[in-house]
Amino acid sequence: MSAVEPTRSGAPSELHIPLEYSGAARVGGPLLAIRGVEGVGWDEIARVRLPSGEVRYGLVLEVSGDVAIVEVLQGTSGVDPDLVTVAFEGRPFDIPVGDGWLGRVWNGMGEPIDGGPPMLARERRAVNGSPLNPSQRDVPSKPVLTGISVIDALATLVRGQKLPVFSSAGLPHLELAAQIAAQANVAGENFKVVVAGMGLTHTDAAAMRQVLETRAASGDLVLVLDTADDPVVQRVLTPRVALTIAEYLAFERDQHVLVVLADVTSYCEALREVSAARGEVPGRRAYPGYLYSDLASLYERCGRIRGRAGSVTLVPVLTMPGGDITHPVPDLTGYITEGQIVLSADLHAQGVYPPVDVLATLSRLMRKGAGEGRTRADHVPLAAQIIASLSRARAARELADLIGAEALTETDRIYLEFEDAFYRDLVNQSSDESRSMEGTLDRAWRVLSVLPERELTMMPAASIAAYYHGALPKGTRRTNAPLGDHASTPAAPGESHG
Amino acid sequence: MSELTDAGRVVRVNGPLVEVTGLRDVAALDVVEVGPLRIPAEVVSIRDGRLTAEAFEYTGGLRVGDVATSRHRPLSARLGPGLLGGVFDGLLRPLDVGPTWLGPGALVEPPSVATWPFRPAPLDLGTLLGPGALLGTVSVGGGFEHRVLVPPRGKGTVTWLAEPGTMGEDETVAIVGGHSLHLAEDWPVRRARPVRARLRHFAPLVTGQRVIDLFFPIAHGATAAVPGGFGTGKTMLLQQIVKWADVEVVVFVGCGERGNELADAMADLGALRDPTTGTSLRERTVILANTSNMPVMARVASVYTGMTVAEYFRDMGYRVVVLADSTSRWAEALREFSSRSGELPAEEGYPASLSSSLAAFYERAARVTTLGGKEGSVTLIGAVSPGGGDMTEPVTAQTERYVRCLWSLDRDLAYARHYPAVTWRHSFSLDDATIANWHATQGRTGWVEARARALSLLAEADRLSSVVELVGLGALPARERIVLLTGRLLREGVLQQSALSENDTFCSAAKQSALLDMVLAVHDKCLALVEGGLPASAVEEFDLTIVTRARDETGPDDAEGVDRLRDEVLARIGSQA
Ligand SMILES: Nc1ncnc2c1ncn2[C@@H]1O[C@H](COP(=O)(O)OP(=O)(O)O)[C@@H](O)[C@H]1O
Ligand SMILES: [Mg+2]
Repeated sequence: MSAVEPTRSGAPSELHIPLEYSGAARVGGPLLAIRGVEGVGWDEIARVRLPSGEVRYGLVLEVSGDVAIVEVLQGTSGVDPDLVTVAFEGRPFDIPVGDGWLGRVWNGMGEPIDGGPPMLARERRAVNGSPLNPSQRDVPSKPVLTGISVIDALATLVRGQKLPVFSSAGLPHLELAAQIAAQANVAGENFKVVVAGMGLTHTDAAAMRQVLETRAASGDLVLVLDTADDPVVQRVLTPRVALTIAEYLAFERDQHVLVVLADVTSYCEALREVSAARGEVPGRRAYPGYLYSDLASLYERCGRIRGRAGSVTLVPVLTMPGGDITHPVPDLTGYITEGQIVLSADLHAQGVYPPVDVLATLSRLMRKGAGEGRTRADHVPLAAQIIASLSRARAARELADLIGAEALTETDRIYLEFEDAFYRDLVNQSSDESRSMEGTLDRAWRVLSVLPERELTMMPAASIAAYYHGALPKGTRRTNAPLGDHASTPAAPGESHG
Repeated sequence: MSELTDAGRVVRVNGPLVEVTGLRDVAALDVVEVGPLRIPAEVVSIRDGRLTAEAFEYTGGLRVGDVATSRHRPLSARLGPGLLGGVFDGLLRPLDVGPTWLGPGALVEPPSVATWPFRPAPLDLGTLLGPGALLGTVSVGGGFEHRVLVPPRGKGTVTWLAEPGTMGEDETVAIVGGHSLHLAEDWPVRRARPVRARLRHFAPLVTGQRVIDLFFPIAHGATAAVPGGFGTGKTMLLQQIVKWADVEVVVFVGCGERGNELADAMADLGALRDPTTGTSLRERTVILANTSNMPVMARVASVYTGMTVAEYFRDMGYRVVVLADSTSRWAEALREFSSRSGELPAEEGYPASLSSSLAAFYERAARVTTLGGKEGSVTLIGAVSPGGGDMTEPVTAQTERYVRCLWSLDRDLAYARHYPAVTWRHSFSLDDATIANWHATQGRTGWVEARARALSLLAEADRLSSVVELVGLGALPARERIVLLTGRLLREGVLQQSALSENDTFCSAAKQSALLDMVLAVHDKCLALVEGGLPASAVEEFDLTIVTRARDETGPDDAEGVDRLRDEVLARIGSQA
């Protein structure tokens, strides 16, 4: 096919002088085949120029003899194989790093979409990053506070942890993600947030921008937005751009960085589409066989490094297709992440926000982020007690549904009241309300105080003495109160009932 | 075709798949080094002088025309005294001296500068030595006696033996049959190290975890698989065994799993003391870390490397356990590998050779007489991560067939925070009779019967609770209500064991038996009471928290403490009745 006389061109300031080739032998899907190339490295970046002057970027997928296969990030629509020129840059896809990302909005490739200037900096980093030497990792510790009671109390997010939100279509996971990004903090230490939207609708993207306006204005937030109509290949890069910015801020600028990725399912679909275009052998549900490793190459970029002050904490948000937790995207995510926050359609239907299914939710690293010196000494057993009690309440509810409420013992009935109080007084909160850790734990105790003291088998006596029923005067403590007393809101701390 | 030389050329790069031409003297599975960073790659096929190799590192920037050279040998592990206490990647390159970020070329086998105090064995020069014969010892951290042996393929008369003194890995310790033998030796990781004889399983590997030791025990030299969905406790269980197994050497292979977990394990092991040697548990452990974000091909190597390291210590006459977390990630790496090299996929895209690869791997575990005539063993325990929790998927289904023990983890148990979530319904140990015999020789004659009773009570309680869901508790006869009660006591008082509890993270064999005996005694007593006419509902009201808390409120080896609590609870039941 086309002629391939290499012509030299390129910026004199750079060491590498890219070779430019004109004409592609083949165009198909997002792929271009360029013949006659020399010295092109695998996975390096290619600059594809159209006759109109438009420049697109591509990655070298394969080099074989004198042929390079290039995957064009913006797709190949409108590309005439005879009229393109392709230059190979001799480096992987990389971005400048620095503070200039903060307070701004970018597309999935790191180009400005807020009308501001492009990001410029001398230092650049490859967006793929490099694996962190596991022997240099430091164990995650200390919490990231979200101001959301159910998360802070029962599934504490820890600095350096990856904790996903598993949701389903129609649930307010983006609202929750935005709320986490807007409210999260590390009690006064250096803190930055990087949010990457992947495959978001324009409506969702706009809502996200609005919720995060204040944080962006304060210069603590980077927003990388890839929308549903952006090319899929670009979507595959979006989280990598976000994580590269985050790694730099954390490990070279001593910041605690929270990264929110939403929606990972859109990302995986993009990956599947790209894989199909490459003609790869499909694995489960036609996702590529390397989906696990690919997701790990994102999720494992969080953590802490010994001897460095910063941390990267990751909250990926995903929708489970058909609400199916065994679907490869949530399943493989669960195998990599350190716990999960699961949202429930039932709770959403009952008007609970955030609709967190507490029994399916777990922060595996909670012990490292909660407790004495981190949150409060009573926190971990308090969370364990609440979860155990909810599990008992659920069993009672199932029994009542099966053989009728008469089958319940008195204690079972108190558990049902406890469950109601739990959702009403601890979980439910508005999407712009941020609660202090102290306030959250006090609410948790108020809820737990619906149960008689003898039921609190997991609580150390000292905690019970300090927090159970708040500051009720001696003698009024109801360890086994008659049922009716529990029907109304339980005693707030400081209030006295008799 | 052009002439073959010692410097071939890269002609194709597609991710880890690299094709090379023009290289002579290369056999299948040899390692070649490609490009300026000399990335190691394993040759998987040779056709008309064109080699196809799978790179062990990221190949970004590798070009057509780059140089390729051969190492002229398959992937090998350098086995020497520096292993214990170390952290390595899947190719046994030390991570603790590596850089923070692991790009290609970041990890190298550094020139070994460490030296070790060598003490020669009392040997007369001129003695004829066979493979496995002792040449001397090196004392490494924690007083561990590292034995330097004639390697599996060496033999002959010893004509020279080093004097006592410090020496490096590459120094000669002896000349045997005209060959210099060094302190360290190389071994191809995919090949099992030979032994004189495989022995029958005999004694249990005590893990200190009740559900294993009491119900599904594993013998030294046997194999176990731990299948379970995410969050069911595979890693916790394996790490409990790393800490408490009664072996001299532990090899932990973190294969495609989390970096944070490894950091945590290393910190934990560093803080725990070995009760017999007084040194940290890190000193008896070799960690191979190939986390999920590290190159996929090195994951394939890591399980073989780990097994080779274990066999090396076994050959010294030690008992070794290998823990692989997770073998599914290894199998997935095999799948990636075979799909890239265009093999026809079988079930779920896995290569048709999956089954034989698994079998060959598990078969490397054994209790043996070594070439040197000592007894040693390698026990292998592998986590399995079934996609979607589906226990019929190929890796789980194939693995089950080759292991002696299956410890299935159950999502419902884990959700109910019943840890370890090993289900008594779908777990097995094929060595239970062997181990029962062993217990009998140790004077624990009641072990078999107690275990059998407990297992049948658990099964009956399960059956009854599904009946109760249909008809309610009231419809059951008194005896069956007591069985239900006992089922709960067995679960909460014996099977559950928190890895986080200081008293309960490890449980001695004596305390295990005492706890089980206590529950069975309570069962007998309650049964006698209902048979004597007491309504079951009254028995159900008894406060039996002593029984469920005993595991946590007595020390790890305090069987007498448990016995006292048993007497106390029996007396109370007596008085409440
Ligand atoms: N024996 C145990 N004792 C206490 N907690 C446990 C135990 N086993 C598991 N867990 C809990 O379950 C969580 C998940 O366990 P893990 O071993 O990481 O699961 P997996 O490796 O199967 O994904 C742990 O973080 C811990 O909270
Ligand atoms: Mg695990």
